[in-house]
This record gives sequence, C-alpha cells and structure tokens, in this order.
Amino acid sequence: MPFREGPLGDLKVPLTWTAAVALIVAVVIAVAFLLADRRETLQQQAYGVTRQTVDTVSKPVSGVIAAPGRWTGLGVDFISSYFFTASENRRLKAELKEMRGYRDMYLAEVDKNQSYQSLLGLRTDPPIPMVAARVVSDTRGPFANTRLADSGSEKGVVVGNPVMNERGLVGRVVGVAHGASRVLLLTDIASRTPVMIDRTNARAILTGDGGPNPKLEYLRGVDPIKEGDRVVTSGDGGVVPRGLPVGAAVKGLDGRWRVVLFADDAAIDYVRILLFKDFSQLADQKALLTRSLPPVTTEDPDVSILGPTATAPAKPPAQTAPATSTPPAAPGATTVAPAAKPPTTPAPKPATPKPTPKPTAGQPAGGAI
Amino acid sequence: MGGARPLHPGRWLGVPALFCVLATIAFAAPIRIFGLQLPEPVFAMVPAFAWALIRPSILAPFALLLLGLFLDMFWGGPTGLWGLSLLIAYATALTGRNMMTGQSRPMMWAWFAGVTAVAMAGGFLFSMLDSLAMPSLLAVFWQFLVTALLFPFAHRLIDRFEDADVRFR
Repeated sequence: MPFREGPLGDLKVPLTWTAAVALIVAVVIAVAFLLADRRETLQQQAYGVTRQTVDTVSKPVSGVIAAPGRWTGLGVDFISSYFFTASENRRLKAELKEMRGYRDMYLAEVDKNQSYQSLLGLRTDPPIPMVAARVVSDTRGPFANTRLADSGSEKGVVVGNPVMNERGLVGRVVGVAHGASRVLLLTDIASRTPVMIDRTNARAILTGDGGPNPKLEYLRGVDPIKEGDRVVTSGDGGVVPRGLPVGAAVKGLDGRWRVVLFADDAAIDYVRILLFKDFSQLADQKALLTRSLPPVTTEDPDVSILGPTATAPAKPPAQTAPATSTPPAAPGATTVAPAAKPPTTPAPKPATPKPTPKPTAGQPAGGAI
Repeated sequence: MGGARPLHPGRWLGVPALFCVLATIAFAAPIRIFGLQLPEPVFAMVPAFAWALIRPSILAPFALLLLGLFLDMFWGGPTGLWGLSLLIAYATALTGRNMMTGQSRPMMWAWFAGVTAVAMAGGFLFSMLDSLAMPSLLAVFWQFLVTALLFPFAHRLIDRFEDADVRFR
C-alpha cells in the first residue's frame, strides 16, 4: 500500500522544521568528524585511507588543471627573461664576481675542515638521498597550508620526511599515498619546527599561523637575534636534519620575531623530498616498548665492593679493631661505635640501589618479605 | 500546475556543488606570476548562502557537509572544520531568511558578507581549538575578502531558482 494512501498520508510536517532537524543532524556529524580528527598528531595512522584516496585521485586531476597555469607561468618567465636580459646579465656578472671570492674561501675551508676531521676522527652525517617531485596543488588558506606532490610511497617517501626546494626548507610530509604525498608547509597552523639562529646558536620553535611569515616562539638567550639573522634548522628532536636553511629573521608588525622564508623566492612547482630517517625511526620501537625485564640477581656480599673482601683492604679502621663484636659483613659498621650496636642488629643497607624484585601477580613490588 | 512541479535536487544542489568542487581545484593550482599567487576563496560559501534562501531543504545541509568534507580533504585541513563552518553559515542564512527576502542587491551583498564573516569566525574558533594556536587574523581577513567578492554568483543562483517552485515564494 502506498504511503500516501495509508493513515499517515495526510500527515504534513512543516518543511522548515524538518530542514532544521536535518541541519542539526549534519552539524552533529561535522562535530564528530572534527573531534575524531587527529591531524595535529602528524602521524601516518592519523592520515586515513580516505585522505590517501582523495590525494591519489586529486593528483592527476589537479595535474591536468594546473598544466595550463604552469605553461602560462613558463611563458611569462620566458617573456620577462627576454625583456630583462640586459639587467639580469649585469646582476649576474656582479654576483659571479662576488661568488669567485667565496669560492676561493670555500675551497680553503674545505681543505681545513678535512684536516680537522681527520685529526679529530669526527663522524659526520651521511649524505641524505632525495626524491624530486612536482607540486600539483597548493593550499594557501588561513586554516590549512599544504601542497600535494606527485611522489609517494612508491619512491620510498614516508611520513616525516623534510621537503625542500633549491632555496630552503618548505615543510614536511604528513601523508603518503601511492604516487602522491601531502606536504605540510612551515606556514601551516599545525607546523612546529625546531630552528636556531645561525649567528648565535639560539634555539627557537618556528610556529606557523596561516600567514606567509611564521613566528619564532620560545626564543632563548640574551639578545639572541637581530634583523636579518639567518635561521636554520637545529636538528633538535631528530625529525629534521640540522643546518637546513629556513629564512631570515624580521620583526613583525605585532612585535614578534618572524621569518621570511627562503623557499618563497624559488619556483613553487618543484620540491625535493629528503628521505631522512630520524633516530626514532631507526630504532626498533617494539624492542623499546617491551616489558620483559632482565633477570633478577641478588647481590653476593662476597663479591660486592662493599663486602668484606672488597672493603677490608680499603677500610683500615675495620682492621684496627678486630676485638669488636661487630659482624664483619655489616657494611658501614666501621663508622659506628661497636658498643652502641648490639650484635644481633641487622646491617644497614648500602647506599647503592639494588634491583627491585619483579612483582608477581597478587604480590605488590613493595610488599616482598 | 507548472509552478508546483517539484524541482530536481540535482539541478539546484548537484550542479552548483560540482561547480564549487571544480573551481576549488582550479584555484589550488600552484601558479605564481610575478611573485603573486592565486587567491583562495571559499567557493562553497556561495551555495551555503543561496541554498538557504532558495528554500528550506533536508538535502542541503548534507550536501554542504559533503562539500565541507571535500574542502578539508583537498586542502589538507582538519576533517570537519569547513563542514561545520559552512553549516553555521547555512544556519545563519536560514534564520535570517525572512529578513533577507526582497532586499536590494547591495543589502544582500552585505548579508552575504555577514554570513561569510560568521563562517570565518567559526573556522577561526574551531581551528584554534583543534590546533591550540591562533591563526593569523590577516590571513583570515584576506580569505574573507576574496570570498565576499563571490556574491554575484550567489545572486545568480538565487535568481535562477528562487521562483522555480511557487510553493516557496
């Protein structure tokens, strides 16, 4: 029987009310999504299958849509280079003249550095392999600053890999799919990067806020920074290698120290993903988390450094009072008057910590004996 | 009887949503010309405003939720952020629907800007709670500005479907 012919067929619910109920249900669903989101953890588990699928689909679509724009950019570059060739030539000649001086200094420093390294037996970091990738989409809003690059898990990219262009650090990988990886830019509100001021080695945390110039927070030291100081990664925490160029320090309009990113000077569409593994990735996490304790061994007083065989030659006062009734095995007894301690008093415990017996079921660790 | 003909949801919900998705993808292209990048307006604000004015609907909130989830996935933001913000904008427009009907174009533009401001304020607040950090007010204002300029599209959408069904006049 059709619904309209039934007893409820004449029932008419106001459309505004049903729309309001639908709105409330949709809001509840959105709130649930927002509460369940773990984007700020920046872990592979938080980057779900849905996001990976969207990235995999977005890569070719955005690539096709971005192609005309890329060609336009290349055309504009070609035309501008045609018109500004003379001025650029003059600038490059001046830069080359300056760079020749730097080159000689560099070669001298490399030679000196190698000598120091061989003298000190210094262990330097190994070179980091890289993967080149093309950016197919770029998000610049206040609440999300990410890029989608067209290299993913098939090239060995993993979550946490730092991303650079030819000028400086861009961000790091927060999600990987086959053929695509999501890069969280330094300007994103969830981005926190440990950096240091190159001149003073003062540490800070580079904190994105959705704007073009991220903030320097937790800046430490007396007079640690001045305008134009070079900011590089500090390597603290082990996620990003030390010494990657980030930007130059500037004083913001709000009075905070901010960073003008070097990466903004370079082309936007090509990046390099550093296949850098931090120490925590290298360590076996399962082995670190294991709860099996080493076997419990009780200390043998004869072999202890505080035992009679060890303490006898090292403690002359104990040997000078052989007539006392103090048991020789009592460590620390040499400092106590023999008459003040009855013979049956148990020896005080040595100061060295002993391994705690492993607690068994039903018996707390502190309740032994 | 022609006026009472039901309007197919695909026409007034599906097609504008599709256009929003395509426009969002197009404006996410990594282009920088003379050091300037493309703006990033929230195209989904157009249907969030227009759908509330065209008619109260059960499907529209869920379509907005899907649009918002797409924005979060595509832009790489927290899941649910734009879904919730767009629904707040829709709720604001739905509440003020009786006041907006029949207003002049500049007045409607002001309403659109107000609804956009409410959505951006919601996004600002939820983003702050989610990331425990304050987004740049300048960046929020810039996105608000470029989104408020999209009102002609919302006006076109309202004009197209406002009288499509006489029951909702």
